[in-house]
Amino acid sequence: MRARNRELMGLIPASLLVTAGFAGVFIQRSNALSNVSLTYGAIFLGLCVGAHIFIRITLPHADPYMFPLVAVLASFGLVMIYRIDSTQARDQAQWFVIGLILFVATIVVFRDYRKLERYRYTIVFLSLGLLILPRIPHIGEQANGAYLAIHVPGLGAFQPAEFAKIGLVIFLASYLRDTRQILVTGTRRFLGITIPPIKHFGPMLVIWGIAMLIMIVLRDIGSSLMFYGGLLAVLYVATGRISFVVIGLFAFALGAWYLGTHISHVHARVEDWLHPFDPRLYHAPLGSYQSANAIFAQSAGGLFGQGFGQAALTIPGGGPLLPAPQTDMIYAVITAELGLFGSAALLLTYLLFVARGFKAAVLARDSFSTLLAVGLSAMFALQVFVIVGGVTRVIPLTGVTLPFVSYGGSSVVANLVLVALLLLVSDRARRPA
Amino acid sequence: MSAQIARLFGVVVVLFALLLVFTTRWTVIDASSLNNNPLNARTLIDELHIKRGRILAADGTVLAKSVPAPDDTWTRTYPLGRLFAQPVGYSIAAKGEAAGLEESAGSDLRGVQTGLSSIFGQLSPRPVGDDVYTTLDVKAQREAKQALAGQDGSVVALDPSTGAVKVMYANPSYDNNNPPTKGSATDSTFNRVTQGSYAPGSTFKIVTATAAIDSGKYTPTSVINGKSPITVSGVPLANDGDKSWGPQTLTTAMTYSINTIFAQVAEHVGRPTMTDYMKRFGFYSKLPLDYPSNELNVSQPWDSTTGKPFPPGSPDEDIGRIGIGEGGLLVTPLQMAMVASAVADGGKLMTPHLTDRVVNTDGVTVRTVNPTVYSQVMKPSTASEVTQMMEKVVEEGTGTAVQLGGISVAGKTGTAQIGPNGSNLTQPAFVAFAPADHPKVAIAVMVDQSNGGFGGSVAAPIAKDVLQVLLADGQ
Repeated sequence: MRARNRELMGLIPASLLVTAGFAGVFIQRSNALSNVSLTYGAIFLGLCVGAHIFIRITLPHADPYMFPLVAVLASFGLVMIYRIDSTQARDQAQWFVIGLILFVATIVVFRDYRKLERYRYTIVFLSLGLLILPRIPHIGEQANGAYLAIHVPGLGAFQPAEFAKIGLVIFLASYLRDTRQILVTGTRRFLGITIPPIKHFGPMLVIWGIAMLIMIVLRDIGSSLMFYGGLLAVLYVATGRISFVVIGLFAFALGAWYLGTHISHVHARVEDWLHPFDPRLYHAPLGSYQSANAIFAQSAGGLFGQGFGQAALTIPGGGPLLPAPQTDMIYAVITAELGLFGSAALLLTYLLFVARGFKAAVLARDSFSTLLAVGLSAMFALQVFVIVGGVTRVIPLTGVTLPFVSYGGSSVVANLVLVALLLLVSDRARRPA
Repeated sequence: MSAQIARLFGVVVVLFALLLVFTTRWTVIDASSLNNNPLNARTLIDELHIKRGRILAADGTVLAKSVPAPDDTWTRTYPLGRLFAQPVGYSIAAKGEAAGLEESAGSDLRGVQTGLSSIFGQLSPRPVGDDVYTTLDVKAQREAKQALAGQDGSVVALDPSTGAVKVMYANPSYDNNNPPTKGSATDSTFNRVTQGSYAPGSTFKIVTATAAIDSGKYTPTSVINGKSPITVSGVPLANDGDKSWGPQTLTTAMTYSINTIFAQVAEHVGRPTMTDYMKRFGFYSKLPLDYPSNELNVSQPWDSTTGKPFPPGSPDEDIGRIGIGEGGLLVTPLQMAMVASAVADGGKLMTPHLTDRVVNTDGVTVRTVNPTVYSQVMKPSTASEVTQMMEKVVEEGTGTAVQLGGISVAGKTGTAQIGPNGSNLTQPAFVAFAPADHPKVAIAVMVDQSNGGFGGSVAAPIAKDVLQVLLADGQ
């Protein structure tokens, strides 16, 4: 079967999922909804088929599984958001349309994506500028003590970090393509460990600085970990030096420990993470209530879940039982309703997508393409790890989105651009010579 | 660079596996402790949405049902309120508080959601629990309340052949539609039938007689000297009115409740044998009832110097006085009904139970409570000999007030002295079963306090009224 036909076949699971999901919500609340709701599903599928035809024409050799996996994730997310709040699902669908427009634009404009290298310094400064935007007075927004969004009049909240992560990967991939050879030469061995010359730690210091900057400026451990991990992955693949990784992780841990004990908000998040069921923290404002209830929601789900639409999200006659169910906490809602099996299926879908991204990196014929694909895939994987890890208490809870699944316009748009870049890399890599 | 990418993917797999391990930890491994975490409001909120099943009397009278409340939730009402508050209890889902059958039959009333039904549960509306049919008899329960006439006290009746609880009523009761706050000063949810501490007095002589005859040490015609006073454990013990009866048979001693004879019998039977028979009747153990564990007490002798129960068979027990229902012995009314039940059923003690069957919303019986044997307390021959002795009590002894005319009753009175020395406060009790030749009901009536009243004059008439209703029902 040809690649593009496989892609079209891959859209079948997505279509089944979206149809079954919307039908499920529809049956549940048939008294409250009109059948207009079912048309959401049809429109969504129409958009996916449209995107498929576009890929078929412009990128005939690109990986056939990437886009269907994205469609599965997005349709799953749309149904979950619809179940939580139907108006937000409509917003999300609109953002998906805008995202697809940018997806198409990216593919058309950067058909030869290697020209991105020419703008690498522009891109890096833009990205760093985007990162600190939320701290600029009047436009920045604080949520739960972290600065992750800015307010755009008429559009609502916008999370610049979602775009900055792509920009920083492009910069680092391009920078290391030039310097990776220098970085691996001139090494010494000390106590059996290969130590590169001090000056070669430059790039590492830069990404460490970025990570610490994020922690200080955005006050968010999760975002910091995602950026640092993603960039460190690129550095590791470029140089093959485990020592970079070991020293890098040690430096990060040191920085995180220092900032974790000295920035009150970060410290509070760490305390909530370590003692979510401490009644003092549980009842404190911005305390561990959300973390603890994320855990309670998961335990209510068990193996099979309580059933779609069955989990309690609000206290009858009271406030939210699970704050931010459609954004930070969507993984907890999924586990509560679909159980361990549902969550495992979701994680597996993400893992398959990441695997396709790494596959594109392996097949790529030039180091910029390889490093770009590695960075984007690693960043994507770490974003999933950071938010799901926060909800499941592997790491402190932070406010990044679950790509394509949780509610949020910037996330959907930015991640569709990320997918467009991966498809571009993949198409070039698999094009017959 | 391919090797590095492969290793990197390995790291991603490990990280995702970590996510799955933690999800498993919360959903499966720690689930039950998390669901019971006092901070977790989720279980309570889920309960508010469940339409709990009804609790019904044996004849189908509704004792508890769910009615719709705002926000798609349900609340409980109890149509007969105080009359059945003790066996039925209450459930306030919003506070997570429950008592009685509402608590102990909670999983039936909520309807158990198994893994598979939760998958398909999404196709059905909110879950509905199962109905619990009890063994309780509404008419007899009403009669018990009426016969107590406002006095503090307990009435409990069993079917000796099955252990089915027919009547469970105690004063004071409470309004389970508006229960008092748990632990508050006005908390009267205390169920005397299963939690009360009564001095059994002479009703305990049924146990002593059983141990004496079944162990082979005595027969109903054994003659013992009923002089008064005698010395028991170094302290003088007198009969009622210090009457010296002289040599009498065990049957006569039962008929007229002669203390000094039974104290000697208990001492001669000995502590190990007495303890063994008490255990067979259910003493020294928590009551074996389908009822919340924290609302079930143990009947046993208490050490007045330490304020703690004696260990079973302790050499510090005054076994002679225990043999006449004194010596620190405190019992629940249900325990004494079990004593009567064991004698009535040929020596076989059936486990008491309140639940008869569980029926789902489609009318299908999903669970039936089958009668189970708690213990074989005595030989059938002993049972029939003790029965004859208890019949004499009602025919010509202290229990004549319970005579039913045409139906023979076997019973035993008890009148424990309570309060300070010199006061005439008593705790009248009556334990019986009927008809004596083919028992259908075993009953225990215990009145908290009387001003000089006797078991035969205060408790026996109450038992008579309830027995009449239950025996008329049976025909």
